[in-house]
Amino acid sequence: MSITLTIDNQQVTVPEGTTVMQAAEKLAIRIPRLCYHPRLHLEGSCRVCLVEIEGMSRPMASCTFPVYEGMVVHTSTPEIRDTRKTIVELLLDNHPEDCQTCERDGNCELQYLAYSTGVRERHYEGEKKHYEKDLSTPSVIRDPDKCILCGRCVRICAEVQGVSALGYINRGFKTVVTPAYDAPFSESVCVTCGQCINVCPVAAFLEKDYTADVVKAIEDPDKHVVVQIAPSVRAAIGEGFNIAPGTPLTGKAVAALRRLGFDEVFDTQMGADLTIMEETAEFVQRFKEGGPLPLITSCSSAWMKFAEHFYPDLIPNISTAKSPMSMLGSMVKTYYAEKKGIDPSKIFNVGAMCCTAKKFEAARPEQQIETSAGMMPSIDRVITTRELVWLIKNAGLQFANLPDEDFDPVLGISTGAGALFGATGGLAEAVYRTAYWMLTGEDLEQVVVEDVRSVAQGIKRWTAKIGDIKLHFAVAHGLGNAHQLLRMVRSGEEKFHFIEIMGCPGGCIGGGGQPYARAGEGVPLDMDNLRKRAEALRSIDSGKKLKCSYENPDVNRIYKEYLHKPLSDKAHKLLHTHYKPRLPHGVWNRDVMRTD
Amino acid sequence: MACSCCENQFDDLTQYISGVFDPEHPQSSLISILHHAQERYGYLSKDVIEHIAQVTEVPAAEIYGVVTFYSLFKTKPQGKHRISVCMGTACYIRGGAKILEALEDMLDIKPGETTEDMLFTLSETRCIGACGLAPIMTVDDKVYGRVEPEQVKGIIAEWREKAEKV
Ligand code: FES
Ligand code: FES
Repeated sequence: MSITLTIDNQQVTVPEGTTVMQAAEKLAIRIPRLCYHPRLHLEGSCRVCLVEIEGMSRPMASCTFPVYEGMVVHTSTPEIRDTRKTIVELLLDNHPEDCQTCERDGNCELQYLAYSTGVRERHYEGEKKHYEKDLSTPSVIRDPDKCILCGRCVRICAEVQGVSALGYINRGFKTVVTPAYDAPFSESVCVTCGQCINVCPVAAFLEKDYTADVVKAIEDPDKHVVVQIAPSVRAAIGEGFNIAPGTPLTGKAVAALRRLGFDEVFDTQMGADLTIMEETAEFVQRFKEGGPLPLITSCSSAWMKFAEHFYPDLIPNISTAKSPMSMLGSMVKTYYAEKKGIDPSKIFNVGAMCCTAKKFEAARPEQQIETSAGMMPSIDRVITTRELVWLIKNAGLQFANLPDEDFDPVLGISTGAGALFGATGGLAEAVYRTAYWMLTGEDLEQVVVEDVRSVAQGIKRWTAKIGDIKLHFAVAHGLGNAHQLLRMVRSGEEKFHFIEIMGCPGGCIGGGGQPYARAGEGVPLDMDNLRKRAEALRSIDSGKKLKCSYENPDVNRIYKEYLHKPLSDKAHKLLHTHYKPRLPHGVWNRDVMRTD
Repeated sequence: MACSCCENQFDDLTQYISGVFDPEHPQSSLISILHHAQERYGYLSKDVIEHIAQVTEVPAAEIYGVVTFYSLFKTKPQGKHRISVCMGTACYIRGGAKILEALEDMLDIKPGETTEDMLFTLSETRCIGACGLAPIMTVDDKVYGRVEPEQVKGIIAEWREKAEKV
């Protein structure tokens, strides 16, 4: 049933069950908001979204209030504007006065609200809270002093990611958002996905910033500084420079990295092609030799930590293949170093990633590799897309006006399959392309698998027919969806041969290190935005002549000259890893939302 | 799901939970589970909360939120005797804070803490409805009215003695 109402003297007709806030959006009115997020349960706690509804004695929260026939709403009367301003002033009262030195300066929702509601001075001089920052993980920083208790982090962690690392403790003025037992993140079930950073309106969550270390290495004449860039970075980096989302910017990103002073600029997509070779070989081997199946992917670092906390019983099913970043990192410090005669201990390997969890992955002791100069991490520092955007701004580069440049040779060529990796379903599609070839010896004609490409659908199922063989694929993105799927797999309710899991909504394109939505305009993890980023990657795939990883000449040369063949002893040593159960045990949470 | 780390240690807690826990309304039964656990183990340790989380499938972060919301739940071991000083308006005006200060000095602990010998836990309370006798302090169920800071020493000594006799 549809309902007609009047908002600010304009009529609008919307379906029953629509909220006043959503109805106003149809009229291009964006009612101010803080605790509201379209993907999360309504909390209605911040009161910033108050409106006047004729016939009601007091203002109502528009984010929770459903429309009714004949309703008359005023969103911007002098009284409402005044009340909103007071609410924002009260929030500011308990918030540090350090906007100029804050990482979110210029893109903070609280700052935007203060500006748009007209707060021009600080009125109240109240007691301010003070807590220690949580610096315990290499990925995500928590700064409770900045927190305004909108609760979006708590809800995304529970409802979308199914992790529930965060909760509110204490009450009243002493309320604070922390992991259980007020423990640091490092002792919690936090998987370092960084989605709390994505949805935080202020700077209460941030990635751990490694830009200073990277700049120092670049300045060091003794260091050979290598950088690689993940597929999803090129699909979203433009948003950091006000370039329309969905524009693939590979060439400009390469040009920027070179101008920042990196000695070599390599492509993580090349590492992705290697991952596909190893993982598909592992899959085909398990398929032929009786399991264990399903084979579950292991590229997503947040998913891997999640598996260790929540699904340790499934570890035997998880591929031992390292992520594209770590595979390429390993090749840089071994194959490339030997080929170029560079001492691996002099190489400083940087990953520019869409991801905060990759910082954790790089620091895992079991990811260390044996090089000609001894054991060492394959990647020295990971920076997020946001950190890279900052480095480019810091250097004064006009990103949009940079020329398009190519990756450096040796580890720079990639196929379309490698690009697909960054969006949900892409890894399954890429593995299918190579599995077809490994199982039949023939090239696949129809390489695109539309069935696994949806960004909106949380769990996707698809059956591939390869000759007489039927292979059942499942794809889940966002760890809440992974929960839903794996519970059915665990109970035997559903059976698959191959499962792709990506920790973040939309896959890497929705990673915790991607550019923030614009305060006051955008929505973090907006579906439309994710779709555009996915399109950018898929356009890279369709623009490439080489579509399957086994066609990559760089990959083939590495196998010929160095690793011999997929799953060889050497490949195992350099390109594979292992996982083990991790405490505390995570529990499945009933609040996880279904999106399939 | 069973939690293997503490299976035996918390057997009767598990049993209690399976009796009262309603998966359709996880929140409502949680309070009584926490009550039961606190009575059984004296306080709600990390292990106890972790165990409840495993059995009920309510995340530990959420349970810990409930535990810290209500002041009657304790996350640290409690002393044998509980000393409370009233900080209600009447008691405060008539010197409640001085009593607390005297106790803090004597016992060398702050409110919420427990003495090293595990004999006393110090706490502040709100008005207990005996304003006529302000300022008030209590030790377990015993109420002391019109307390002067100088008396505190004697009261503590009295309880120490009692404890030694047992
Ligand atoms: S946005 Fe409506 S109450 Fe917070
Ligand atoms: S104020 Fe202390 S008993 Fe009422």
